Amino acid sequence: MVKTVKKISIGLVMLFLYLPIIVLMIYSFNSSEFLGVWEGFSFKWYAELVRNAELKEALYYTISIAVLATIIATIIGVFVSVGLYYSSSKLKKAVTTANYLPIVNPDLITGISLMIFFVILRIRFGFSTMLLAHIIFDVAYVIVVVLPKLMHIDFAQIEAAMDLGAKRITILFKIILPQIKQGILAGALLAFTMSIDDFVISFFTAGNRATNLSISIYSMARRGIKPYVNALATLMFVGIILLILLINKINNEKEEKGRLLNYE
Amino acid sequence: MSRKIAIIGLIIILFVSFVFTGCSGNKKVLNVYNWGSYMDPDIIEKFEDEYDIKVNYREYPTNEELYIKLKSGSGDFDVIFPSDYMLEKMIKEDMLAKIDMDNIENYQYINDRFKGLAYDADEEYSVPYFWGTLGILYNHTVITEPVDSWDILWDEKYSKQILVLDSQRDSIAMALKRLGYSLNTTNDDELEEAKQSLIEQKPLVLAYVIDEVKNMMIQGEAVLALTWSGEAVDILDNTEDASYAVPKEGSNLWFDVAAIPKNSPNKEEAELFIDFLTRPDIALQNTEWVGYSTPNAAAYEMLDEEIKSLESYYPSDEVLDKCEVFIDLGEYNNIYGDIWLDVKIAD
Repeated sequence: MVKTVKKISIGLVMLFLYLPIIVLMIYSFNSSEFLGVWEGFSFKWYAELVRNAELKEALYYTISIAVLATIIATIIGVFVSVGLYYSSSKLKKAVTTANYLPIVNPDLITGISLMIFFVILRIRFGFSTMLLAHIIFDVAYVIVVVLPKLMHIDFAQIEAAMDLGAKRITILFKIILPQIKQGILAGALLAFTMSIDDFVISFFTAGNRATNLSISIYSMARRGIKPYVNALATLMFVGIILLILLINKINNEKEEKGRLLNYE
Repeated sequence: MSRKIAIIGLIIILFVSFVFTGCSGNKKVLNVYNWGSYMDPDIIEKFEDEYDIKVNYREYPTNEELYIKLKSGSGDFDVIFPSDYMLEKMIKEDMLAKIDMDNIENYQYINDRFKGLAYDADEEYSVPYFWGTLGILYNHTVITEPVDSWDILWDEKYSKQILVLDSQRDSIAMALKRLGYSLNTTNDDELEEAKQSLIEQKPLVLAYVIDEVKNMMIQGEAVLALTWSGEAVDILDNTEDASYAVPKEGSNLWFDVAAIPKNSPNKEEAELFIDFLTRPDIALQNTEWVGYSTPNAAAYEMLDEEIKSLESYYPSDEVLDKCEVFIDLGEYNNIYGDIWLDVKIAD
């Protein structure tokens, strides 16, 4: 009884989460331009997507900024977290509280303040300003995910390593990083998603040269969002699912190998 | 570990080099900032080939976002396409450069009717790009009587099948025009009358909406809707059941115009581009791609007879004479806001 209820409730939650995406994916194959009117199966929006140079450019900006911002923000975030791990609890508390600000702050405030900041500094708006903005809000997410993982490491381990003569750099790579690997990966994924997702901050920091997918798609609002956006969303969704499956598979294989080694 | 770092480093270098090679070359770059899907991309290519100027084409979603970007100075733009009321605001705030009309040779092709309108009375700052009206979109399979008056939106036969825009100036304009008043009126009695008639209409209204008009009309939830001709174009292209009409009492005329921001670094090229857009063959190609009505008289002449005769796209002079553009009402903007609020909360 309890089992069936469990199964049904999980099923409902999954349905609730994924039904909109499934509807969107189905309508990406609709030959009509309107939601709610099914005219027949066609690949025409996919063909149009391939032809659309503007959207491709936006996709290039979105992906390159997301990848770069994720890498840089993850590195910075991990270093900050490790630094905090070694710091006094007072400093730790102050920095973690300050770190919540970019997360809690409405995007609009962050976007406009960054824009004003860049204007004052007279930085030329474009790819670099958008990248900087993304790094700034990504770092906060990385720290939020990585720091709690770090706190689980018993300081005695570090002291033991130091006793045995390990250098700080060795401790970082041999003791700390392996134990927070999962946290780093989760933080990086979160940062990547936030970066791909963002419209408001990107809009205000893009200036006149850069653009990204969310800006392009939102700009279509007045003339109506064309179904090739559904096609693009479908492709991105499938791509991300494949990526996650791949990561899981690699992790599983590693775990199995690890287990085998342990038994020996 | 070091191999991993090397790979990541390589990726970064690849990306960065990718980004910076993108902006090489010594060609002049013209920054054009327009609404989404509001210009045939082929026209941009033609301009680039003809004048050997690179066009950096970017898009914005609303007038307000255009305003913020321009006002903050985050990026230089050379050609922008604000709507009439936004142009007026930008002129007032000294954000625009005067266009040297001697450089816009093709300005002569703009229909005289659309020159020197209230938002730019001295023809100094803008060249009309597209225009349209406010009118009634209806399903002609259900509505067999002629739709030529605002009165039909007050007809009890169509109770709960009518959509009205949730946009104060537009909806109050509908009521004012129905009563035969100016849609820029600052006469309190006229406004009170308009308010009462909107409250009278309220029980018949299915919903006050903006973006949902398209889907609600196509799915048949409503049969009559107050909407803009631009919205109507997209619906008419995709369903045979819909028609659009501008009532004989007159309506609002709206414009999107080309303008040059004050801090434009390439004013000369910007004028070249605006002139190019106004060239009859280019204006024709653009109006056919975008689907909005062109203010270019020469381009209009070259359009298919079928489109020319469509009163929904090009109302007769008689109706146009009764149409007005919105003007900035200053303090009265708040009074319009209060009226709309009263209508929305009325029982």
